[in-house]
Amino acid sequence: MREVRPAVYDSKIEGNIIFTRVDAAMNWMRKNSLWPMPMGLACCAIELMATAASRFDISRFGAEVMRFSPRQCDVMIVAGTVTYKMALAVKRIYEQMPEPKWVIAMGACASTGGMYRSYAVLQGIDQLLPVDVYVSGCPPRPEALLEGLMKLQEKISGESSFREQKRGLMDERETVTA
Amino acid sequence: MTGPELFASLSKMLGEKLQEKIEFRGESTFVILSADLREVAKFCRDDLGFDYLLDITSVDNFGDEPRFEIVYELYSMTIAVHLRLKLRISEDEGEVPTVSDIWPTANWHEREIYDMMGIRFAGHPDLRRILMWDGYPYFPLRKEFPLEGLPSNMPDVAFSESAPLEGGPFVTLPSSATTKDREPRARRPIEQ
Repeated sequence: MREVRPAVYDSKIEGNIIFTRVDAAMNWMRKNSLWPMPMGLACCAIELMATAASRFDISRFGAEVMRFSPRQCDVMIVAGTVTYKMALAVKRIYEQMPEPKWVIAMGACASTGGMYRSYAVLQGIDQLLPVDVYVSGCPPRPEALLEGLMKLQEKISGESSFREQKRGLMDERETVTA
Repeated sequence: MTGPELFASLSKMLGEKLQEKIEFRGESTFVILSADLREVAKFCRDDLGFDYLLDITSVDNFGDEPRFEIVYELYSMTIAVHLRLKLRISEDEGEVPTVSDIWPTANWHEREIYDMMGIRFAGHPDLRRILMWDGYPYFPLRKEFPLEGLPSNMPDVAFSESAPLEGGPFVTLPSSATTKDREPRARRPIEQ
């Protein structure tokens, strides 16, 4: 005969059930496992590598899984000078990332073109991509990038994508019935 | 052979073809005609032992005639001697024979000069742009090309815009002042 055991009682999570909103739960999951797309284009990429290495340890924020395939990424960290020759390639890689996706412009060059007021350099990646967080510095220290990542986490935790999706569906239904 | 012997030998070989010989701070420069380039280059490599082409550069003397200058920096690995060859070409001519079969490293140097200055190299095996994309309509290191660039567009390849210069090129100030004072800002060029 098979032994039937009662469920282990967890006094912290009563009945193993948590009440929350879908948005809050999803945002919590999203913001704590932001897989970066390392778009290293110049010296900022060295600081990005330092951020990932043991001393600064980006894995404390769940963002250590640097994937070199855009299909598995959540946040593109544009680290470095974006030349016009590279610009459309960056955009294409961004478009290959699955939704939801975010962009961090790391450093002066990615944010504004930096010191390169020249014929060859795109004056800020925000001309092509919707940037969520700009990190200042030339290059920014790893702490600054981590601060930017935390700002992005803050931003994500305030998103209401499911509520908006539901509202959109209800609006659609109203227009169909009316 | 020592350096002076090499140069004497080169002068003797050139004879009437030598346009000008410049000595400056121990550096020797031989100005030649572009028609003689390949012959001189082969002589320098095979007979004088200049086995290493350090660099090829181009100069745009805008307003002068002939407009362009090509500078070949040669080096001998065995006896550690530098030699500089220069040739001058007009804009109408706009073409120099290649040396990429004599020193293979010239291949990319010549492509870069073609890309930035628009000087063609006759006989080059693969004369394409190397820094800008194929189809970019300008030669950006020519003097008449503006510092901020010009707009261009090649669908699905690349585009370019003029950079905002805010009234002057962004330059730094050489001084021992703070970073804030020294950082690059829009500063008008000093009027001569």
